[in-house]
This record gives sequence, C-alpha cells and structure tokens, in this order.
Amino acid sequence: MHKGAREYRSVTHIHGPIMVVDGVSGVAFGEVVEITLPSGEKRLGQVLESRTNRAIVQVFGTTRDLDTHATTARFTGKTMHIAVTEEMLGRIFDGIARPLDGGAPPLGEEERDIHGSAINPYAREHPRDSIQTGISVIDGMNTLVRGQKLPIFSGAGLPHNLLAAQITRQAKVRGQQELFAVVFAAMGITHEEAAFFVSDFTRTGALERAVIFLNLADDPAIERIITPRLALTTAEFLAFEKGMHVLVILTDLTNYCEALREISAAREEVPGRRGYPGYMYTDLASIFERAGRIKGRTGSITQIPILTMPDDDITHPVPDLSGYITEGQIVLSRDLHRKGIYPPINPLPCLSRLMQTGIGPGRTREDHAQVNNQLYAAYAQGIKLKGLVAVVGEEGLSETDRTYIRFADRFEREFISQGPGEDRSFEATLDRAWDLLSILPEGELRRIDESFIRKYHPAYRGQKE
Amino acid sequence: MEREKECRGTIIRVTGPVVVADGMAGARMFEIVRVGEEALIGEIIALENEKATIQVYEETAGIMPGEPVTGTGRSLSVALGPGLLGTIFDGIQRPLAEMHQVSGDFIRRGSSVPALDPNKLWKFTPRVRPGDSVRGGDILGVVSESPSVPHLVMVPPALSGTVTMCVDEGEYTIHEPVCTLRSAGGEVGLPMVQYWPVRAARPIAQKLDPVDPLLTGQRIIDLLFPIAIGGTAAIPGPFGSGKTVVQHQLAKWANADIVIFVGCGERGNEMADVLAEFPRLEDPRTGLPLLNRMVLIANTSNMPVAAREASVYTGMTLAEYYRDMGYKVALMADSTSRWAEAMREISGRLEEMPGEEGYPAYLGSRLADFYERAGRVRTIGTGEREGSVSVIGAVSPPGGDFSEPVTQNTLRIVKVFWALDSDLAYRRHFPAINWLSSYSLYTGVVNRWWNENAGPGWEGMKSEIMTILQKENELEEMVKLVGPEVLPERDRLTLLEAEVIRESILMQYAFHPDDTYTSPRKLYRMVEMVFSFFALARGAVSSGALTETIRSLPVKSRLARMGTVPENTIDTVFPGIESQMREEFASLGRS
Repeated sequence: MHKGAREYRSVTHIHGPIMVVDGVSGVAFGEVVEITLPSGEKRLGQVLESRTNRAIVQVFGTTRDLDTHATTARFTGKTMHIAVTEEMLGRIFDGIARPLDGGAPPLGEEERDIHGSAINPYAREHPRDSIQTGISVIDGMNTLVRGQKLPIFSGAGLPHNLLAAQITRQAKVRGQQELFAVVFAAMGITHEEAAFFVSDFTRTGALERAVIFLNLADDPAIERIITPRLALTTAEFLAFEKGMHVLVILTDLTNYCEALREISAAREEVPGRRGYPGYMYTDLASIFERAGRIKGRTGSITQIPILTMPDDDITHPVPDLSGYITEGQIVLSRDLHRKGIYPPINPLPCLSRLMQTGIGPGRTREDHAQVNNQLYAAYAQGIKLKGLVAVVGEEGLSETDRTYIRFADRFEREFISQGPGEDRSFEATLDRAWDLLSILPEGELRRIDESFIRKYHPAYRGQKE
Repeated sequence: MEREKECRGTIIRVTGPVVVADGMAGARMFEIVRVGEEALIGEIIALENEKATIQVYEETAGIMPGEPVTGTGRSLSVALGPGLLGTIFDGIQRPLAEMHQVSGDFIRRGSSVPALDPNKLWKFTPRVRPGDSVRGGDILGVVSESPSVPHLVMVPPALSGTVTMCVDEGEYTIHEPVCTLRSAGGEVGLPMVQYWPVRAARPIAQKLDPVDPLLTGQRIIDLLFPIAIGGTAAIPGPFGSGKTVVQHQLAKWANADIVIFVGCGERGNEMADVLAEFPRLEDPRTGLPLLNRMVLIANTSNMPVAAREASVYTGMTLAEYYRDMGYKVALMADSTSRWAEAMREISGRLEEMPGEEGYPAYLGSRLADFYERAGRVRTIGTGEREGSVSVIGAVSPPGGDFSEPVTQNTLRIVKVFWALDSDLAYRRHFPAINWLSSYSLYTGVVNRWWNENAGPGWEGMKSEIMTILQKENELEEMVKLVGPEVLPERDRLTLLEAEVIRESILMQYAFHPDDTYTSPRKLYRMVEMVFSFFALARGAVSSGALTETIRSLPVKSRLARMGTVPENTIDTVFPGIESQMREEFASLGRS
C-alpha cells in the first residue's frame, strides 16, 4: 500500500450496503474509503473486493442518498486503523470511535490496524490466574480465568446485563493489586441497555477505568462489523503495551452476526446454515481469539461476550459456532428465571475449559475440583429424578432418590441463587457447597477423596484429624 | 521438471484469501506462488488459460491489483529430515518458535523461516558404502534425532542407483550431501533433508491388515471400542463434550512411537496448554520427555484459513515419513470439521456450485483421500520394514447433530466411532463417549491380542458388559413409563450392575495422576473385580437380598475408585477390596 489517496466519481452500482466503483486502479483489498455524498455529507467504507478496474465497497452507515452520479469515493490508501491511547479511559465513543461524550477526539499515541494480528501460539502464556467473580455458580463450578473468553449465552428478556455488570463490579484476582480496565463494546443494543451499563459504571466508579464503544440498535448495522474490532484493538494496546488486565464485554454478538449475514446476502455469496456466511466461524474466531496472555508481558485480555440465543436454541449457528471457539460458556435458563432465581445460570450446560488450571491448592482450594465434580453429578441426578417424579410420583422413589431431589431444590435456592450485590469468596462458595452436599448420604460422595471428606464435610468440621 | 522461463503474472482481483492473477502462462495446478510485493505464500487452486486462482496462506489486506505474482515451480511441500520431532509448526510448516524470534509475539505476514534449522549439526552414521546399489526407501544412514527415536535417512522414493560417495561418520547440516548416487539421470547428491508434496501420499510397498490394538490407556476405548494400530477413528461431539481432552489423552498415552498432533482451527489457549504441558510430561515407556517423540502443528482459528486447509496434509506427510522408517505413528487431527469448513470457505470464494450445507461436492472424496493414507504397511526399500499410521480425527458437528455432512462423510470411511454425548458431559461423566451409539469394527481383530496378553475370558466379559449396558437402556425406558417400583429384583440388579460398570470402569478422570492412564493389566484386573462383585450380588439376590441393600454396601464406592489406585499397588490394594467385598456380602447373608 504505497499510493496516497485517490478520488473517483465513478460509482456504478449501489445495492444494500454495497457500492461498486469502476475505472479505479491500484485499490487495495481492505482499504478504507471516504465517501462524499452529493449533499456534502461524508461516510466511510471499506474495500471488500478489488479488481483491476473495479472496487466493491462496503459502506458503513446506510447507502441512503448515495447516487451514481455525483457521489465521490476517495480511496485513502490505508486499511482500517484506530488511534489508541491511555487517554481513552473514561471516554465514551460511538460504534466507529467518534466521541459521544462531547469531548474532543483523544490524541492517539499509536495507530493500529483494527484487525490486529494473530498471537503466535508459541508466545501465548497459558492462562491460570483464577478470577473471583463472587458468584457461586461461576466461581464454584465454572471458574473464570484471566485471559479466557467465556461468553454468556442468554435469551431475550433474561438478566444477562445485570449479571455482566455484577461480574464487572466484583471480578478480582485475589491478593493482587494491579492495573485493570474495562472495554465495553455495544453492538445493536437499545439505549436503555446501554444507559444501564453506563450508569452502573458511573455509580461504581468503574467508568474512569473504562473505554466504551456504543453502536446502538438505531445505529447503522454495518458499523457493527468494526465496533468489536475497535474495542479489541484498544484492549490489546492497554493490555500488552500498558500492562493492564482488561476485561472486554461485547454485547450482543447475535446482532453482530446479523450484520455479517446482511453483508453476505448483499454480496450474493453462497449462504451456509440459516443464511449465515460460510466464513462466520473464521470471522468470529478473529474476534474471540484476541483474548489471552502473552509470555513476558504483564497485561491480559479476558472476554465476556454476551449473545442472545434466538428462541433459546443453543444449536442456533451463533451460539453453536461461538461455543466451538470460546473456552466454555455460561448458559442462562428461562426455567430458573421463572422460578425467581438470580442469577438464572443453569450449571449443567455451562463449562469453563480453563477451570482445571485455575483451581486447586494455592489457587483456590484443594477440594475445589472434586467438589465441583460432585456438585455436577448430584445436581444432574436430582434433575433426572425430578423428571421421573413427574411420571411416577415421589412414592415410587427410594429414600436416596428423594434426598437427591431435596438436594437439587436447595442447590438452586441456596447455591445458584444470590443477590445482585452479593459478593461471595471462593471459600464461602465451597463451604456452601459442602453444606448442601452433606444432605446426601456420605457414601454417595464418590467423586471426592475420603481425606477431603474428613477435612471439609460439615459432619467432621472442627474435629481433630 | 524445470520450466523454460520464469512464470510471472499480475494480480487482477483480490477477495479475502483468494487472489486471481493473469499472465501466468506455464503455471501448474497446486504450484506455490509468491503473491504481491510482500511475497506472501499462495497456492494455485484453479487455472483458466493464463488466469490462475490462488489461495493465499496469509492475510491479504493491502494487496492490490497490479502487484506481481511469481511461480516457484514446486507444489506445497514439506521438508523431511532430522529436527522435526519436538518442534511446533504452523499449517505450512513454519516453525513457530523461530517465527517468534523473527516477528515477535504476533504473527506478521510475509515472514519466511526455514522449516528445519539449516545450521544445526547432526551426527550422521552411514549405513552404505560406495559401490552399494540402493533404491527408494533404502537407509543411507542414521541420525540420533532424539534419544528414543533413531532417525533413518532414506533414499527419496523415486530414486535408485549406485552409491559413489558416502561421508564418514560425523556431524553435518541437513543440506550437506551425505551420499552421492549415480542414477539414470546422472549424479545426485543426497542431503539428509528431502522434500515431499503434502497433497500426495508417499509410496508404500504393500498395505497390511491391522492386527494389534493401539493401546490408549483409556478404559472405555481399550475395553469396548478399541482402535487397531494403523486404523482410523473419528470422535464427533458437540462443543463441551470433551473432544479435545480425549485427543490430548490419546496423544499422551497411546503406545505409538511418534505422535503428530494437528491443531486445526482450534483455540490458541488450548495450544498454549499443550505447549506448556507436553514438555513436562514423561513418556511412560522411556521416562524421557514426551515431546521428544511428537510434532505439533498449530493453526489456530484466527490464523489464515488456507493454511488451515493445508495443515492436515502437512501432518499426514510427516506421519508417512516416520512410517517409512518403520515406526508406529499416531496422527491426531483436532478438528477435521474446521478443515472441511476451510474447504467450504475457499470453495465459496471460488463461486463453485455448493453441495450439502454449502460444502463443496468433493468433500467426501477429500476426506476419503485423507483417511486412506492411514494404515499399517510394508514400506518401500530393501529389508522388510513395517510401519503404521493410525489416524484419530475429531469432528465438531454444528449443534451436535451427527447427520451433518462432515460427520456422515467421515463415518463412511473410518472404522471406529466414538460418539461424544452432551448429556453425559452435563453429568460430568467423562470421557463422555456414549456406549450405545459408538462402535468399533476392530473389536474382533484385537480380541486375540487381549486374550493372549491380558488374560483369558476377555471376549466373554466384554460382551457381557455390553449386554448389561444395553439392557440398562431398555429398562430405563421402561422406568420412565411405569416407575422403578414395578421392576423385578432381577432387573433392579441389572441396573445396579450397569451403574457399577459406568462408575468403576467407563468413567475416567483425565486430570487424576493415576486415573489418567490404565494399563491393560490393570484394566483386566478391574474388569475381573467388577465381575466378582456381580457374581456375589447375583448370589445374594437369588437368596433373597434386596438390590437396594447391595447398592449401599461401602465396597461399591471403593470399586468406583479403583481407577485412582496407583499401578504399582494394585496387587496389594485390589485383593483388599476383594476380601472386603466378600465380607460385606457374607454379613449380608447373616443379617
């Protein structure tokens, strides 16, 4: 990319978010285009396909009022960049990084390509510092680790925002006082939802340490394609240049994927499942894989993407492809929500793939892994038996079976359920788990070593060994 | 082979990873080209007159029409020679550690690093003398690549002739000729390194039938759904069902001489885990670091899609090369679905007519070509060498739906199917291999080995276990309709037996130091223990004991923990459990 800017007035086709410019030369793939409308209004675009005489440009914003006569396209000779600086902390931007808070655009310390580069797997540090979110069902059963990408799979009307705000507020690595920052990227969420986050950040003082990018529901859908990339480029700068531990919240990925589908359809590409483009996996990976840690650098990027599953369907392409890339998932359940349980996290389909390395002696507690295992097995058994009760009634079950059902009920009310302001330590969570497990006959605790039972089981607590 | 003039064209179109260049007269299909001013690596995937369609193995942003494209005259090849073991490569065999030195923490495009260190000296011991006549596959000499694996330097497959020079024992770089051959085409110097195009299978003398099991130390696999040495297996499962853990377990514990692990389009942090963990692992057989007999290929999901497509072929070619030396090689590909998706993505950019779910129509034949390169073989070259490549491919079906094209096309080829089940995973029953829908076509083949090496009655016990598990499924269906009350005591006992099988044998905790690997001897003893329990329980029930009482015997939870008993103490611990079992049943009779 060596040429400077060139300007053309030869727009020949406009179709959906796509504009075709003919008679061009030397246009690079991925180059940024400044479009000037007949009215003098300016918009941005990006080259999706470049041919000898023709450039196919994706227009950010809408293509309304563009024409094939007077509209000019100025090819800037640059790919999409963002000027990043520490000064961005505390600021609010729109989906393409223009200030929304009335302030002047910050003076960048560095210009960075928003697409970033893949971290060499060899340079990656394997994440192992567990984050205490203060939420039992996450900390106890799906521990989050610094450098992880752990999405929240939610549904319309479920309290994912409340949960994300609680995690942001309470998340800490214990025993460490370090620089942290929050990067928040909204894609197609409503004003109300965005206002909730901004006011929560303001109330708790997190705003000073946050960079906020807002592409709201009434903003152009196409801009959603770049919003998460701006956010992650900023996060990479803060994490790997400034040594901060950055928590990135991306919401709502489903809206992002809709935008991807819209562009793909406008380009008349061969559609994959449910009309989403075949490269959606690769595209999502280019977002999610920007989480992590790098050897020899202090900072980290932890991602909590939020996505709403259309019709609560976990096999829908958006949650499905995400689940294959992210390191686990936190799944919200409408059933638990209806029962009035907050956070309505159903632990059974949840998973944290990095949990094993983040828990255990010296990190959380020695019994953590086995207690977690036992909780899963016992709750799954309780749920299975509840299904049976619906058919045959309680009388048909053995005493042990009935204990499992009691366990499952109390587990939901006492372990999963907690207040939006309640912050439980790892120990409090594990002790609570032991209290519940002690409902079951000791012989049922087959997933826990006897030495741990003697040490932590309430029946033995306080006894000399 | 050489072209008369250099093949040099100009880019006329760029769209994502696909570039079209004109003026490429003389270019060949699958030739490697250098694209643009930055000389990015690309491969020709279609030709139309002088127009070549190229898939580029690196990010193409910033590339524009008018930039040059230069042919290299060779197809995508890998370097084969000492130095492969213990190295981690990307999908087109660039060593990631060296890339890190050259381009830093992030992979910058256009970085070019030789696959094998050209300056490193290897101690070469010749095995031929001038005057010897040799042909493709014959051994020229030996290099001690890693303490456990002598690296045989072989005559490249297509060559034969008379040795005219051979160096003395000493240290040489991989590019110095160690022998000179007079062949039909004249004198050729043979260095330790040779090149092979990844998309072509290396020649073999003969394919042999599989006979022995590939021991994995994973109980449900070795016992119920074994894979044979030289066999093929697929592990499909929805996300979170433990595909990657199973693949890692097999890479760590399978009794192969060489393990090639291809991380194809998977997570960066997972590869970091492999990189952090595998060097610390000991080879259970030699006590040396496990990494000494492994090659890792990491093309994470955010690395260029075309290199992802190439990575499985790169892995397979390395596997075949070690098989040529007479080794047992295991190749793990995680995940073949990402490879298929890479094919779909490229196919879409080429605007090809799509087949099922947008996958190209040639998906099935590509998968078949790949898996067919596995097998136990007699290698080419003088002397009867026998080697094998066993392939284990993970499949990631969208939504866990096994009817999708990649799973179905894979099942048509592979002989072993380990179906992972999200319900089992939700219950934290790992490995979450569903015993009802999985199968192995090698069961009959490997029974002989087990009967001879583990102990008598293996086959009988195994089929009884399957019968009990089948029966459990039928009974559970019934319980769902009518409740457990109506079951006769005999059936309740079957349910208990199935529970013991699941808890004591099938469930295995990969992160427990002793449970993670079970030797054939221990597995046999565990199965025996479970059958002793069944015999006692059946006796007790027929003389009037209730299944519910047997279920609450303390020995049941000791059986469930058999897997965690260290290998070297089973001879003292297991008899202890057995006598406890007898006592508890005896007291049952008394009460």
